[in-house]
Amino acid sequence: MTLGARFALGRLFERLTALAAALIVLALGVVLVDVLRDGVGVVSWRFFVDEPGAGPTEGGIFPAIFGTVALTLVMTIIVMPLGVGAALYLHEYASPTSRLAGLARAAVHHLAGVPSIVYGLFGLGFFVHALGGALDAATGQALKWAQPGLLWAACTLAVLTLPTVIVATEEALRAVPSEVRLASLALGATRAQTLGRVVLPAAAPGILTAAVLAVSRGAGEVAPVLLTGVASWLPDLPGSLSSQFMHLGFHAYVLATQSPDVDAARPALAGTVAALLVLTFLLNLVAIVLRARLRRGMEAS
Amino acid sequence: MRELTQPAVAARPGPPSVDAQRRAARWDLLVELAVTGAGVAGIVLLLLMIVFVVREALPLVLDPVQREQASLAKLLLPQPWRDGHAPALLWNPTSKVPKVSVWPLVIGTLKVTGVALAVAAPAGVAAALFTSEFAPSRLRTWVKPTIELLAGIPSVVLGSFALMTLASALQSAFGFDFRLNALVAGLAMSLAIVPVIYTLSDDALRAVPHTYREAALALGATRWETAFRVVLPAAAPGVLGALVLGVGRAVGETMIVLMASGNAALVSANLAEPTRTVSATIAAEMGEVVMGSTHASLLFLLGAILFVFNLVLNVTAGAWVRARLARREGAPS
Repeated sequence: MTLGARFALGRLFERLTALAAALIVLALGVVLVDVLRDGVGVVSWRFFVDEPGAGPTEGGIFPAIFGTVALTLVMTIIVMPLGVGAALYLHEYASPTSRLAGLARAAVHHLAGVPSIVYGLFGLGFFVHALGGALDAATGQALKWAQPGLLWAACTLAVLTLPTVIVATEEALRAVPSEVRLASLALGATRAQTLGRVVLPAAAPGILTAAVLAVSRGAGEVAPVLLTGVASWLPDLPGSLSSQFMHLGFHAYVLATQSPDVDAARPALAGTVAALLVLTFLLNLVAIVLRARLRRGMEAS
Repeated sequence: MRELTQPAVAARPGPPSVDAQRRAARWDLLVELAVTGAGVAGIVLLLLMIVFVVREALPLVLDPVQREQASLAKLLLPQPWRDGHAPALLWNPTSKVPKVSVWPLVIGTLKVTGVALAVAAPAGVAAALFTSEFAPSRLRTWVKPTIELLAGIPSVVLGSFALMTLASALQSAFGFDFRLNALVAGLAMSLAIVPVIYTLSDDALRAVPHTYREAALALGATRWETAFRVVLPAAAPGVLGALVLGVGRAVGETMIVLMASGNAALVSANLAEPTRTVSATIAAEMGEVVMGSTHASLLFLLGAILFVFNLVLNVTAGAWVRARLARREGAPS
């Protein structure tokens, strides 16, 4: 092959790779435009704050929004201490050659690869049946905790988002220069004092990123909550941690597949999907911006 | 003015008292214990997951009735289902005589995963080659975050996009008999896994040392030849890891297939027919199942299969990648 032909062929293939990148971005654009175009017409202030009407296709989606927010809030309260603690162990306490730390790392790696529906099964088998059953037996109640509800769904999502939080927090800890730790220790601070007053404050933006990532992941997951506490139609807001709840993602699924009249459900579906997309999208955008700042700061130092 | 009257020495903290030092030491120990506990939580949770998913599937082995209803032969071999018809592989665990063949579900999963991978693997790797090797750096700085945004779209949103828009578009374009089918679900799934494949491939390609590129270019290779025949093979372990993760995601993904595949458990190679995957079966049937029944145990068995599949995939791919990387770095393998 002549040199010219080789260059021409190379340029052709280069363009093909550019085309692939363009196609992926285009696909993203098509999904966004399609979802938002249908949704914008429906979405109004009333749609968000209204109680549902006589059926799932009428009225607003307030209970679904409330349920999603309550769920992710409880989830965050559970996962953040655990995830940040685990990252602190892996990055600050365990020696690089520690076998326990190696095992913990491998376990987190595998947890990240477990399909979300399996998390649902785990939540049902462990939290609802085993833990809930034990709680009921201990408190002498019948079927209060041993059935799907807000707390168990939040616990399940907390396990699901644990790897996300650990990985993101570790990245934040890596960005804290080791000199400041050494300086603090040299001044006579204990390890715990160094953590609390030097390392954690410096890593705070990164830990915030971890929380945002976890929330956006948790808010969008439907398969795990499907088995652990979501209700398809429940105008009453969840009153306690053991109540069932409505959920934006599940509501979208119900509207799309379970309604007797698909065309009647279309507007409500479009609005619900748009609301869910905007919610998770904004959270992701925040996380990506925070993370980009963090990385830039790290490269600069 | 009061500060002036106070002795200057008091403003400077003296050495901590013995008591305070003891307190600090106790705290130090407490924090270390708590943090170690959190670190171990991942291991404990993974073990609990194995134990509790398997525990709920265990009656299939231990309970004589369940063992009879879902024997290995019934799970794996064609079974007679109607007089005058040949034995077949059927999944219908709620019928009068439960039919529990796992093949229709496994085949459905393979079909959807195959379609998704056939689209997402070339597109994702090519896009990664573009941003890591060819694109001007300004373009790269916004293409990568944009594709990462795609990863943040909840699967239920992709599912309803596939159900409402993609399915109709494909049907009018190709004239499918069934609006929802394996192809629709697979294409929607490719949207879910392409960001995974792209991001990790891009990372792997960028991690290839610059000396490789410089050497290839100095030897007279074109930019494309350098990228395709030097950089890509050098990054092969990472790219393969990306593909494996994509497969794992596709096999376990639930909502997209639940909404867009049509959910008919058929043994067929035809991509234009409805299909039902392992994950969608769990999601669709768990809600109505009677706890303690053979059906419930079967659904947990399917979950255990998914779990083990992903574990094996991760472990083997991880081992392979490490071995290849070690060889690339020149360490004895």
